Amino acid sequence: MRRKKRFLITGVLLASTLLSGLVIYIKASALPAETVIHITAKNFEFSPDSITLKKGEPVVFEISSGDRKHGFNLRAFGVRNDVLPGKVSRVRFTPDKTGKFTFSCDVFCGEGHEEMTGTVVVTE
Amino acid sequence: MKKIDRRGFIKLAGLGGGIVFASSLSRGFGLNALGSLVDYANAKVENDFYFVQLSDTHWGFAGPKVNPDAEGTLKKAVQAVNSLAEQPDFIVFTGDLTHTTDDVQVRKDRMSQFKDIVGELKVPTVHFMAGEHDASLDRGEAYQEAFGKLNYTFDHKSVHFIVLDNVSDPGAIVGESQLNWLKADLKQQKADARIVVLTHRPLFDLYPDWDWATRDGAAVIDALMPHKNVTVFYGHIHQENHHMTGHIAHHSAKSLMFPLPAPGSVPKKAPIPWDATAPYKGLGLRSIEAEPKQAKYEIKELNVTGG
Repeated sequence: MRRKKRFLITGVLLASTLLSGLVIYIKASALPAETVIHITAKNFEFSPDSITLKKGEPVVFEISSGDRKHGFNLRAFGVRNDVLPGKVSRVRFTPDKTGKFTFSCDVFCGEGHEEMTGTVVVTE
Repeated sequence: MKKIDRRGFIKLAGLGGGIVFASSLSRGFGLNALGSLVDYANAKVENDFYFVQLSDTHWGFAGPKVNPDAEGTLKKAVQAVNSLAEQPDFIVFTGDLTHTTDDVQVRKDRMSQFKDIVGELKVPTVHFMAGEHDASLDRGEAYQEAFGKLNYTFDHKSVHFIVLDNVSDPGAIVGESQLNWLKADLKQQKADARIVVLTHRPLFDLYPDWDWATRDGAAVIDALMPHKNVTVFYGHIHQENHHMTGHIAHHSAKSLMFPLPAPGSVPKKAPIPWDATAPYKGLGLRSIEAEPKQAKYEIKELNVTGG
């Protein structure tokens, strides 16, 4: 009797684990895929320096430096990261508003630092 | 007999040198013409004093469309201060003494040239601080060799001055270590102490998209907040701006090289071009009259002219 009960509990646990896994899988597959955009920071410029995105579509910027330490800051969406030579820095966000937004280097990097900006355009 | 105030007296007493006072002093001393210095001295409250703030001199900048007198403006400012009939107790430079360069030797040369020029000031006490143009590329190494510490305090009469460094970290932060130093210093001050903070960048978020902020400035303001009488003088934004965070007043100064547009007023921050019909427009220095008893600081903007 005790053995039968233990078997039943194990079965229930296993079934619930499988079910929750299935729910997570369904939820994950329902999410739109992230768009990956590569950005290079070099010679006081971001390349590309103009990026168009769709509202509601998640995006990840993979930013690398071609020379020295920079910063990437897109304040309108609350994302920033240091950009170090030899490493890929990532910022993830989902644009929740349309418009034209400036991103800039926020680590003072040299003579052309103040020119080091770019634009994100978010459309419907 | 015409009565003049203190500033009026200074102007009449031969200020010259290409500088005029933009406004008159509201607190008149009732001087009876030029000879009444004794009356003035009697009227002056013990412990009151005044100092001069110069900022963002950007020595080494070249851009004829922005300032065709790039090599002369700082020298004119020095002459103007030297021409003040009554010399200030001291002078402060709130950063960006030199214009940035990636060349270490050029950076050092600019600092040396700057020192030679301001070495002509008659006032013996001059307090310097760094801007990001001076210190961000080498974490203040060349600056410290030329001018000394990046953050320090000094006391004048009954006012405690705190010089904060928010530039030598290229990420525009004060940093935990300096923040702890600040807190330890503030612990030594009474809650009603007269405190003046001198720094380069604004400590509040004036316009972060243009780097007109200090990333951990809120922590600095939090540390200052328990003190009732705190005033901040800063530079960086090349224009006057007056802002309150609670009871703490923040006053930015004009540049002595080029003016910048009002925060967020144009899509891209860039120096305002030289106006040939109004040379030196937007440039200037200021005098600050401290009345510690009232915890009051009266600012007078002084314009640079071609003179």
